[in-house]
Amino acid sequence: MIVNLSVSLASVAFAEPKLPKLPDSPFFWMPPDASVTASNTDTLFNAMLWISLIFAVAIFFAMVRFCVKYRAKSRAANENAQKTSEHNTMLELTWSVIPFLIMVPLFVGGFKGYVNLRTPPRGAMEIRAQGQKWKWLFTYPGLGTPDDTLHVPVNTPVRIVINSVDVIHSLFIPAFRTKMDAVPGRYSDIWFKATEVGEFPIFCAEYCGTSHSDMLARVIVHPPGGYEKWLASTIASADSLSGKDRGAMLYEKQGCSTCHSIDGSPKVGPSWKGIFGKMEAMTAGSPMKVDENYLRESMMDPQAHVVMGFAPAMPTYQGKLSDKDIDGLIEFIKSLK
Amino acid sequence: MASPSATADVVAPRSTSESENYLTHDKGVLSWIFTLDHKRIGVMYLCSVLAAFALGGFFALMVRTELLTPGRTIMDHDTYNQMFTLHGAIMVFLVIIPGIPAALGNIIMPLQLGAKDVAFPRLNLASYHLWVVGAVFMLSSLVINAVDTGWTFYTPYSLTTTTAVVPAAFGAFILGFSSIFTGLNFIVTVHKLRPPGMSWFRLPLFVWALYATALIQVLATPVIGITLLMMIVERTLHIGIFDPTLGGDPVLFQHFFWFYSHPAVYIMIVPAFGVIGEIIPVFSRKRMFGYKFIAASSVAIAFLGFLVWGHHLFVSGQSVLAGTIFSAITFLIAVPTAIKVFNWITTMYKGVIHLDTPMLYALAFLWVFTIGGLTGVFLAVMSVDVHLTDTYFVIAHFHYVMMGGAITAFMGGLHYWWPKAFGRMYNEKLGRMAACLVFLGLNVTFFPQFILGSRGMPRRYYNYLPEFQSLHVLSTVGAYTLGVGFLITAFYLVRSLKNGRIAPANPWGGVTLEWQCSSPPPYYNFHKPPVVEAGPYDGYENLMYDEKIGGYLPRKAKSG
Repeated sequence: MIVNLSVSLASVAFAEPKLPKLPDSPFFWMPPDASVTASNTDTLFNAMLWISLIFAVAIFFAMVRFCVKYRAKSRAANENAQKTSEHNTMLELTWSVIPFLIMVPLFVGGFKGYVNLRTPPRGAMEIRAQGQKWKWLFTYPGLGTPDDTLHVPVNTPVRIVINSVDVIHSLFIPAFRTKMDAVPGRYSDIWFKATEVGEFPIFCAEYCGTSHSDMLARVIVHPPGGYEKWLASTIASADSLSGKDRGAMLYEKQGCSTCHSIDGSPKVGPSWKGIFGKMEAMTAGSPMKVDENYLRESMMDPQAHVVMGFAPAMPTYQGKLSDKDIDGLIEFIKSLK
Repeated sequence: MASPSATADVVAPRSTSESENYLTHDKGVLSWIFTLDHKRIGVMYLCSVLAAFALGGFFALMVRTELLTPGRTIMDHDTYNQMFTLHGAIMVFLVIIPGIPAALGNIIMPLQLGAKDVAFPRLNLASYHLWVVGAVFMLSSLVINAVDTGWTFYTPYSLTTTTAVVPAAFGAFILGFSSIFTGLNFIVTVHKLRPPGMSWFRLPLFVWALYATALIQVLATPVIGITLLMMIVERTLHIGIFDPTLGGDPVLFQHFFWFYSHPAVYIMIVPAFGVIGEIIPVFSRKRMFGYKFIAASSVAIAFLGFLVWGHHLFVSGQSVLAGTIFSAITFLIAVPTAIKVFNWITTMYKGVIHLDTPMLYALAFLWVFTIGGLTGVFLAVMSVDVHLTDTYFVIAHFHYVMMGGAITAFMGGLHYWWPKAFGRMYNEKLGRMAACLVFLGLNVTFFPQFILGSRGMPRRYYNYLPEFQSLHVLSTVGAYTLGVGFLITAFYLVRSLKNGRIAPANPWGGVTLEWQCSSPPPYYNFHKPPVVEAGPYDGYENLMYDEKIGGYLPRKAKSG
């Protein structure tokens, strides 16, 4: 059982990072909608699309028609323009008032939708989302280790409490038509009630540096009962893992894989392959041997000693990793020869 | 065969020295660098802005090339982030903000007003010198370790990145002063240097637009200056202002930043309205319809522009009440903007329309600005903005307004006043062809980005999901089309300086005062202050096209 699990984890660890897939949309403009609030956004969007189309076509038509009909023969012909009035208060008031009247319902619709998006219903299930360079970590009630995928039950209001440990990120779920900045030093939230079972992409929408565009995640909407089953099995397996298997699991789940490869290629940070036991030059001070103590320090106080050639970009994992987790990661790194 | 000076004689009989003009008045490099002449300062601004435009355009092409494929195409993550940052910072701070007011405005505005120069020629020169210093600082970041924060410098990222943020931000700080000096100068010029008869409602719309712009420049720019200074102080001295680890508030930076940068959008687009307001009547041979509405709407937009900055922050955690107020005022701004478009179109009704290059750019402007304006309404609707903000929809929207609006109008103005500024006509056929290419390229580049955005593609992405690729490829094809259009433009404009036909004083039949001077204008513009007896668009029927000189002459001069 354990052997089986470690094999499957290792294959996950060595596989290409899984890209979230945008489901095919029957609509030209919007991705398929999968939450109760999406219909307000889509209705307003489509209304404006038609209004814009009518205005744009009318303006384009008038422009082209005037250019064709009133086109000058030549400069030498010296034609004079026909006399028309230079000012017409009624006409000008009309075309000021009509756009204004069109905008009132749009404003009201947008306001209602926005208030709804920003007001989570009472008793919504709570999940924590933490943004960090360059990974989303989701923490579930009853599960100690965070997960890099957002799991939610279908037809249940879910409130996501968002924060960031470094710079501003933004949690964006196109299928739910919602987005909220993750600001360091404060909490923000979004809520949604998913209506479709399936997998949808999550993007980071606020620029956050090197791997901003790789800060992808997935939301998995479970059918009734599926979420509870997933949670129970994850809690069971997270507790049972230890040593190198625990490290391999954390390597994926804690976002280490965004910056550290295990195949020897340097990414934002040094690759873990063969790094254990090596003497590494540091950006400041004398070279250091990568041993257990160095690895532990790099997780707790990453900026203390940075390997030469790399930027001090790593966030601290102080308080996020238990001693058992740290042991597991060190064992995992040792195993990568 | 009529010589250009003879033309000047007929049209501007006050000119005494016939061969003298501002380009030949003094010789030598120093006579340019330390000139106090508004036209020469304008020409120096023009050359600098066009050079910056070429650089910013190069970075844009690099960005679009990289986006041909998801993942690496030609550069790595960090280089891409630096490229889009430099593209944005250069285009905003070095090109569009000074483009129309400081370059075209300096050359034309005092002439249009009937003034000898701007009110403070030395301040005007200082403004240009500051622009150069600011540009050097900003570009020095390129050599040290190019800034990668996006042109918005959002904290706390800008406080923590290892790239050269300080020189770039300090460059923007200095460029702010350059902009304030120009604005201050224009306000005083319009108030104090109007010749007899030039009442407020006889001001050409270009002057109205520059006046409204100048008010924004003077009132809003100090805020970005202080904000960037605070950011620099925080980065260098670790005084907590925006950094949460030092007790600061990162969202405060966004409020300060947009308190300037939203009005700055109007610093960029209102002068464009002014240029369009000059071109359309002249090329329709008709007075501008609803002149007072258009003049007043420029000022109304300038004022309302100060009250909408919070619409950039609908997903930043700003309170619902604040968001609602900002959304409502944002809707209000759409009304004067719509009025302008309707008035421009109505001006063409029953006109005599000449489709020369400047008019083609004006028509392109009308079309793309309409799309840019309408898509702005999508973003003003709060619930829809939550989905669209920080996606390619926003990128497409502001490129339709900034590139399609401001740059298209700048190109229109450049072609309209080129004969006046340099005394040469460019190749009209190539001009029309390039205008069409630019219009085509513009739409092919930016329209697909609306679809990308509404489907969820976030902005500032190096990598993207494979399903977005076809639209990205289309957009890149458009960007290269634009590039070719601008290269052709550069080619025929430069060539016209040597080989172009000598420009008459009034090639398009304009009735504003700049067309009464010879082309290029004499050093002192007007030897005696002109007396203004009619509005800025009165009297097209009093002009007569003369095929021999390829320009317009007053009817009586022809018969007499």
